[in-house]
Amino acid sequence: MRKFRNIAAAALAAGALVALTACNSGSPTDPAGGGEPAPEPEVADEVALEGSPTYDKMVENGGPIIGVKEDQPGLGYLDVATNERSGFDIEIARWIAASLGFDEEDITYKAVASANREQELVSGNIDYYVGTYSITDQRKEQIDFAGPYFVTGQGFLVAADSPITEVKDESTFNGKTVCSATGSTPIQNITENFPEVKTQEYDIYSQCVEDLLSGKVDAVTTDAAILIGYAAERPDELKVLPDTEGNNPGLFTEERYGVGLPKGDTALQEHINTLFTDGHDEWQKIFDATLGKSGVEIEQPEVDPVS
Amino acid sequence: MDAITGNLDLWRQGIGTTLLLFAGGGVIAIVLGTVVGAMRVSPVPIARAVGTLYVNLVRNTPLTLVFFFFIFGYSALALPTLPNTILGIAAIGVYTATYVAETLRAGINTVPVGQAEAARAIGLPFGLVMTQVVLPQAFRSVVPPMMSVLIALLKNTTVAAGFSIAVLPRLQQTISNSHTRPGTSMEILAWVAVFFVVVVMLLTLAQRALEKKWRIAR
Amino acid sequence: MSSVLYDVPGPRARARNRVLAVATVVVVLAAVGFVLWRFTLSGQFTAQKWSVFTYTNVWITIGEMLLNTLKAFALAGVLSLALGFALAIGRLSDHAWVRVPVMVVTELFRAVPVLVMMMIFYYGLPTFDITIAPYWAVVLGLTLYNGSVLAEALRAGVEALPRGQSEAGYAIGLRKSNVMMLILLPQAIRAMLPVIVAQLVVTLKDTALGFIITYPELLYYTKLLSSQARLGSPILQSAIVIGGIYIVMCLLLSWLAHWIEKRGRRSAKRPDAGPHDPAADDEVTLTEAISMQTGAGPRNAGGRLPG
Repeated sequence: MRKFRNIAAAALAAGALVALTACNSGSPTDPAGGGEPAPEPEVADEVALEGSPTYDKMVENGGPIIGVKEDQPGLGYLDVATNERSGFDIEIARWIAASLGFDEEDITYKAVASANREQELVSGNIDYYVGTYSITDQRKEQIDFAGPYFVTGQGFLVAADSPITEVKDESTFNGKTVCSATGSTPIQNITENFPEVKTQEYDIYSQCVEDLLSGKVDAVTTDAAILIGYAAERPDELKVLPDTEGNNPGLFTEERYGVGLPKGDTALQEHINTLFTDGHDEWQKIFDATLGKSGVEIEQPEVDPVS
Repeated sequence: MDAITGNLDLWRQGIGTTLLLFAGGGVIAIVLGTVVGAMRVSPVPIARAVGTLYVNLVRNTPLTLVFFFFIFGYSALALPTLPNTILGIAAIGVYTATYVAETLRAGINTVPVGQAEAARAIGLPFGLVMTQVVLPQAFRSVVPPMMSVLIALLKNTTVAAGFSIAVLPRLQQTISNSHTRPGTSMEILAWVAVFFVVVVMLLTLAQRALEKKWRIAR
Repeated sequence: MSSVLYDVPGPRARARNRVLAVATVVVVLAAVGFVLWRFTLSGQFTAQKWSVFTYTNVWITIGEMLLNTLKAFALAGVLSLALGFALAIGRLSDHAWVRVPVMVVTELFRAVPVLVMMMIFYYGLPTFDITIAPYWAVVLGLTLYNGSVLAEALRAGVEALPRGQSEAGYAIGLRKSNVMMLILLPQAIRAMLPVIVAQLVVTLKDTALGFIITYPELLYYTKLLSSQARLGSPILQSAIVIGGIYIVMCLLLSWLAHWIEKRGRRSAKRPDAGPHDPAADDEVTLTEAISMQTGAGPRNAGGRLPG
């Protein structure tokens, strides 16, 4: 008797779910941040990059395997409804692939969590990584970087109608609540040095942003690039704060994003660096189509010399 | 050895949080489990049904999902926020309570009905029947399986690591991300495993000793 | 109908039971009502939050993730059964040089938490330049743990068999291995079948740990859905739906365990099932068993016989 009840309940639930899917298929009717399509970089033909084992592997496999993030709107985002990837980092990755002669269809994307980035590059499971990857000396012991292609730092995101219009430092938020990722450096910094600022921690940033939109927290803090990504999705509801010196966005640390490469592949490193240096127009087009929608203006940085 | 001595603060935090989850979760599990167990064997059919529903629902859910509900779902309740550790204690307590309830029910059922009926026949009230006759006998059957449940609870605290709670497995991520702390991932995880093996072995030996001491000849 | 805890209820006890019943219903409804009210307050039942489940693409991916879960479960289940057999036979060996190491290894695998074992395979092995995919880390971790638990269950089953069985086998001239294979193990398996299937349910539940080592199974997808900012970050909704899927799967497997146990009951006399495991308990309380035997009592427990 019990088993029949269980089966009946399960069948009913399954039937209800199937009925639900009949409602909607395909893409959301109005994707936030829709409008200008992302630029389609020209696929180079007759590329012959010599001396790059990574490039040879890509040619052998018929296309690159690119490590990316998939939960950062505006930077590296996978839309589950359409299975489309979009964002600044994704477009940079596509640009690099096009310059190596690979079409969009040849690219295989692989979502790699922050903790596993070096491991995946060292083991060769991915060919290169584009995803809020900060250049640090410790990481350079295991892998190489091309770029940087973006410079950012810790920033603050508030509601568009927030009374706070600029940030001096964390003390601007005395008595208010600032949200960030659990155990992250900004939270540790605030709890140690700014005890009058209340903190809220979540595992995933989108929860922080949801709280910000509903008014439960007053600000979200992390790398400004990530915050700009969220602001670009909802430019009328969110904004990234400038600092008191008029820089927009106001940055309180420095993070330089680079393209992660396997160690020792200087040929590929030089190729990508040259691409960045000579391709300022393309960089600007990519920026305007993704992060630029939030209204901030950022300059393309100079690349580091190949080490 | 470097992996331990160079990270003493992290080890202390990891072991402390593990024990906190174990103790807090254990208390919640025993209290809630006793209530649910009592509901399951009570003469009230509604209470029995509710208890059975709760036990079957939670027993068929992965602990990871229970954690997910408590930690991510709590914010949907629009109540003042709690730190992840507290939510984790609640999650693991609610999950383990089902096993406590089952163990209690099974233990009560090993006491022959004749014992209770004889006690009632000589006029003992409910309280004395319980404390003088039933519970002392049930105790022997309950404690060894209960220790299994507690050992499982200790091992289940590791699941909290997937939700940014600073239990022992989290040490591996913290240390390998910092690049300044000594110890490779393998060393850290090996030492974490050693910790659990030692503690679990001790508890298991205690459990076996109790089993042998209280083995009932029927 | 009496039991250890309470006697046949008289008029006063019946009245008290009615009050308790009402009180239970009130408490449960109050708790559920409170939760639903708070959810409505925070907008969890708005259409936007549930909209993510109206896209066929999402359901297709849920199906793929479900397949990943089942793949890991199937292989882990088969391998742990095989390992369980091997370890059980080793434990029952007459030779100390086999028995003692196997005992040490079994106790070791049982003492280490499953997640730690999975992490050792996924994060620890790269220290030795061996990288394995998350799938294999999940399968190996599950196999080692559940294999050793099953080994203990099988050993208990064999040792609980009447000695006459093996003595009869030796009496007709069978060797130790034949006695084990032909006589002892088949009976032990039949006796321990509920425990074995219960452990398989545990294996299925523990596949959910895979998301912590980035194995793309259902819970991993839940987290990805939760970060879909464009679709309202439906954290609770995806947890409820995907949780429902898990519960249905485990209920089906548990029901299978129950059904097998009931079938085993009806067949010839089974040996005592060894140490009591609350996880494999059935639903009949002593109360109902006695009421059935004496024919008294208004309640019929559905015709189930005591074991």
